[in-house]
Amino acid sequence: MSVEFVNPEFEVIRNDNRCIACRVCERQCANEVHLFDPDRGIILSDESKCVNCQRCVSLCPTRALKIVKNECRLRENANWSDSTIKEIYKQANSGGVLLSSMGNPNPLPVYWDKILINASQVTNPSIDPLREPMETKVFLGKKPDKITRNEDGSLNCELLTQLELSMPVMFSAMSYGSISYNAHASLARASKELGIFYNTGEGGLHEDFYCYGENTIVQVASGRFGVYEDYLEAGAAVEIKMGQGAKPGIGGHLPGAKIVGDVSRTRMIPEGSDAISPAPHHDIYSIEDLRQLVFSLKEATEYKKPIIVKVAAVHNIAAIASGIARSGADIIAIDGFRGGTGAAPTRIRDNVGIPIELALASVDQRLRDEGIRNNVSLVVGGSIRSASDVVKAIALGADACYIATAAVLALGCHLCRTCQTGKCNWGIATQRPELVKRLNPDMGAERLVNLMTAWQHEIKELMGGMGINSIESLRGNRLMLRGIGLTEKELEILGISHAGE
Amino acid sequence: MKLEGQVRIPSGCAIAAVISKEGSRMSGEMITNAMKPMHDRSNGLGGGFAGYGIYPEYKDFYAMHFFFNDRAARKDCEVFLKERFEIVQSERIKTRKIPAITDEPVIWRYFLSPLKSVLTSMQMDEKEFVANTIVKINTEFKGSYVFSSGKNMGAFKAVGFPEDVGEFYRLEEYEGYSWTAHGRYPTNTPGWWGGAHPFTILDYSIVHNGEISSYDANRRFIEMFGYKCNLQTDTEVIAYIMDYLLRVQKLTLEEAAEVIAAPFWSTIADKSESERKKLTYLRTVYSSLLITGPFSIVFGFNGGLMALNDRLKLRSMVVGEKNDKVFIASEEAAIRVMEPDVSKIYAPAGGEPVIVRLKEGTF
Ligand code: SF4
Ligand code: SF4
Repeated sequence: MSVEFVNPEFEVIRNDNRCIACRVCERQCANEVHLFDPDRGIILSDESKCVNCQRCVSLCPTRALKIVKNECRLRENANWSDSTIKEIYKQANSGGVLLSSMGNPNPLPVYWDKILINASQVTNPSIDPLREPMETKVFLGKKPDKITRNEDGSLNCELLTQLELSMPVMFSAMSYGSISYNAHASLARASKELGIFYNTGEGGLHEDFYCYGENTIVQVASGRFGVYEDYLEAGAAVEIKMGQGAKPGIGGHLPGAKIVGDVSRTRMIPEGSDAISPAPHHDIYSIEDLRQLVFSLKEATEYKKPIIVKVAAVHNIAAIASGIARSGADIIAIDGFRGGTGAAPTRIRDNVGIPIELALASVDQRLRDEGIRNNVSLVVGGSIRSASDVVKAIALGADACYIATAAVLALGCHLCRTCQTGKCNWGIATQRPELVKRLNPDMGAERLVNLMTAWQHEIKELMGGMGINSIESLRGNRLMLRGIGLTEKELEILGISHAGE
Repeated sequence: MKLEGQVRIPSGCAIAAVISKEGSRMSGEMITNAMKPMHDRSNGLGGGFAGYGIYPEYKDFYAMHFFFNDRAARKDCEVFLKERFEIVQSERIKTRKIPAITDEPVIWRYFLSPLKSVLTSMQMDEKEFVANTIVKINTEFKGSYVFSSGKNMGAFKAVGFPEDVGEFYRLEEYEGYSWTAHGRYPTNTPGWWGGAHPFTILDYSIVHNGEISSYDANRRFIEMFGYKCNLQTDTEVIAYIMDYLLRVQKLTLEEAAEVIAAPFWSTIADKSESERKKLTYLRTVYSSLLITGPFSIVFGFNGGLMALNDRLKLRSMVVGEKNDKVFIASEEAAIRVMEPDVSKIYAPAGGEPVIVRLKEGTF
């Protein structure tokens, strides 16, 4: 081959003793890796196209397939890693910005894994969630500073609308367009069954899903796709997307090829036109502009819906969050640098933003220092991977967590990180009908419900171990956390002690 | 080894209390004796009492009880006090030398009246001003510690067994219409006098048996409003929570109890609509002040007492009655010492406050 050839990342290993040439892999692979050779009666592979999504491996009836890392490597070099060099080849070939998807895969510190949770011993009892009530219900939204009383002296119990969650986890924004109709259907149904919320993302709300409005957060992003009165009315809350953890500082780009049929109608843009969300909102160049948008949305929804402002975790996040809290927003959502995406420039995904753990800790502390923590709820996302991550996030100070990658994993995603190609073999990040139908929304919803139910059990068990029987007593309870292998500075920012202290 | 306040020390405990609804005054001897049968619930590392109605002759002045490390600390602090208060009376608190209590600090009492001019210039109401002063002294004045500050009430505490502490402070010489008591079983031994209970703020006092699991959630919330949890004890944070809910937020005692020992959502769901709305409101607005984990507390204030258990009732607490008197204790034995012939004895359910107020006009 030529200088343009980039050695494939994976190798397709087919066990000839097992392969019966049924051609399942050929039909299943949208990347067209497998090809039947009628003359020789065998299946050939073109590994250069393989993304290691494991679809063929999962569906091969004789388990004849294995996708492994290509052993054929460049000469080792600690400075010039294989992937760095290959990226250079690719850019030399194409002259383009590198694109990738899902979250930052680099070995940067995952603080969740360096935080340990407490449990009761002797001095106070742990609580068995199977025998005693264990509460995970959360209300998100602004709380009043002072109570008021009616003339007869009774409490005036009117509250600004709150979002009521059966457990402190929600499905975060993934637009229709970036993910499929069936993926959205699964998320919507599961949210309703679970008593939580999913988020439309910036692509509007498909007419079929208006019936799940009570469990829907509708998003208003810089492109304003699909935003009109009924859309705002349809959701339980409105989220203004200022930024996303995977790509802080830039907008979005859904190629025209994906703007077909329903997607174009839902986004309210012509078929085949690129859907480009600008980097900033062009009506928000400063914090006072944000306040205006918050209040225009409140006006439009008659102050009946909480307004969420979602931002990416960046360096100055504490000051930014404090500004947002004072802008009239009811809920702040912060997205960490490890958060997923349907497509982002690789350099941005891998180098911009900060870990959610540190952002959360400093924002929560800042809002408390300013005495305004109760005026706003905090939702965090950007790689919450398990029930213990949720517990740690709540103990650091979050009211609830947003999950997206974990949710699509439950739907079958195998984290091949090539959503941007639109050829998701699992029917999630694609609009190709033959691929979309691979995801059965009934099963999808069930798997999401299973996942959340399992997490809820685990959260309760961890809480019970700490002797806490209500999630609100865990919120901000940093004494329940200890760091392991962290520096003084990291501990200081996280506001926790080191294990053994 | 780190002192109380630099580190959080869990402890188990004994509590007792008595109140006369008619406002008849009882000497401190009775409550001291009540702690004797619960000796094993303490380990000699802290005991204390609070008496209400004990300073009738000074009832319009703030009675501040201090621990000073030495004379210099007292002199230093007095300069500051004089900038803010008129000192009506300043005296050493009388104690009795007994072998069981050693290493006592300088224990002092002031009766104070805030200077009007300072109040106006700081634009604070009187109670806020006094509370603010105490936080300032306890945080900024090394070697000075205010452990009691209400009007016509006082706390007395020390490192030792509670019955010895009662003897040490000559409680039989004080008469009050209500008394609370505490014996402590800390799991660690820094033995600092300030760490003993009751913990007080203005006329509110708390004795508590338990170890709350919501501590840091409560602390980090309440510290938003100017409180500083210097001791890192449950009792301290509970006292601040009560102060915030009652004095600052102006909730009623019943409402405050519904915040800190909020009913389970499933219980709330079964209530009448107006109850449900109220309970949901309180639980939502003050969610960070819910206290979980085991506790039984007696909350004292001018004019009454409130006893409250955590909502699962993870700590023992019994209530007895006889004529106009109500008795509360971790164990029935303590009540029987105070009144062998007690007429009614019961264990209140978890989260159900027992509120006893003096009869109208007696206070
Ligand atoms: S892209 Fe997926 S389906 Fe195709 S060969 Fe690779 S692993 Fe198999
Ligand atoms: S959604 Fe599909 S394309 Fe994207 S990472 Fe998952 S499996 Fe791959």
